[in-house]
Amino acid sequence: MLIRILVCIVALGMSGCAQHPSSVKYGDDDLYRALGGETGITAIVDQFLWNLADDERINAHFVDTNLQRFRTKLIEQFCELSGGPCTYTGDTMKLSHAGMGIDHAGFNALVEALIEAMEAHNVATGPQNRLLALLAPMHADIIEKG
Amino acid sequence: MNARRAGRAVARIATAAVLAVMLLAGARASAFAGFNGSRILATGGASQIEGAAGGGIVPWAVIAGYGSNSEWGVTGFYTHVSVDDYDLDAAGIAAGYSNRIELSYARQQFDLGTLGDALGVDKKFRQDIFGAKVRLWGDLIYGRGPQVSAGVQYKRHLDFALPRAIGARRNDDTDFYITATKLFLAGLFDRNVFANATLRLSRANQIGILGFGGDKDDSRDVLFEGSAGIFITRHIAAGFEYRQQPDNLSFATQDDWFDAFVAVFPNKHVAIVAAYADLGSVATLDKQSGWYLSLEVSF
Repeated sequence: MLIRILVCIVALGMSGCAQHPSSVKYGDDDLYRALGGETGITAIVDQFLWNLADDERINAHFVDTNLQRFRTKLIEQFCELSGGPCTYTGDTMKLSHAGMGIDHAGFNALVEALIEAMEAHNVATGPQNRLLALLAPMHADIIEKG
Repeated sequence: MNARRAGRAVARIATAAVLAVMLLAGARASAFAGFNGSRILATGGASQIEGAAGGGIVPWAVIAGYGSNSEWGVTGFYTHVSVDDYDLDAAGIAAGYSNRIELSYARQQFDLGTLGDALGVDKKFRQDIFGAKVRLWGDLIYGRGPQVSAGVQYKRHLDFALPRAIGARRNDDTDFYITATKLFLAGLFDRNVFANATLRLSRANQIGILGFGGDKDDSRDVLFEGSAGIFITRHIAAGFEYRQQPDNLSFATQDDWFDAFVAVFPNKHVAIVAAYADLGSVATLDKQSGWYLSLEVSF
């Protein structure tokens, strides 16, 4: 990778490299850092879980969930999505939410719980929006009924 | 004259009282099952001038309130528009169910101001607007395509003498529209941005305040309306709107409408919209611009 970056700098100059998709992707961990790195993401996920537990619209869906595993996989997933040094090892979104019966109202409750968790940990508006934008495509796999 | 003024004051106080009660009720609304609107903050939009969920002058594809699956949402609004020579008051209610269907009612009162004095006629026009909107497909936030809705607005003019005298053909009529709205998460500068396009079939003169159809053209036209904006935070949005107008009356030309707005959503029970509006020429008086202020309560 280092060689590729050096070649890139030589061949295209700095501005060319900045626009090159592969070199932007590599090491682009500013969202991860904006979320507070491992410590920050762990705190956000814990707050998210507390918010879910308190939310009567959604908490019943999680009675059969192994919360310890859910917590670990969620931290991994947020870390990977935000460009941190992790690899998500959990199931696909479709498999992990199969049979939970989450509808639009339930999904909105999940999003709200996450926003409130990020607010509680003073994540700025920009990084909040970016994390939500990365999670939004999972909507179709998580919702099971109209 | 004094009686009319007093009547208007009473109407305003009554409107304020109703809104205050709704505001208080809204604060307690979470206590009622079925009124727990699940949708995300600001996704109900505000109440546009004709009572549909939307921006200021354009209806959007969103359904009034915050109701998701099997949930109700109810909104009430009061809007005042003040341009150089005219004033417009509008108040109404809307109900949305299951993020699928919306029913609305609004009453508009247009004050002719100086033109009324000059013509020596009753200064006020009133209009009722009954609206219905159905979400056809898509979601405002999730999935690739936009949320698409279709709607109707049945409008009935209550003081038709002057509109008739200046060439308007009908005292009531129905507008049909189709509207598409999309929110793009982190779409610009890591901010959420939204865009809306509406096509309306209408022959309403100045949205119906000057009646429907006219001596020059009595058929419906396809009119374009659009909005675009950005959420600076999740509580504050700013944007622009445009609304094309038909030209049915030889008495006066009609210009397209524009506005630039700031909308504030402190929580799911209140939306406040302030705008600068440019309505162009209205009933022979040119360059009508001024401010727009709207309060919506939601539960």
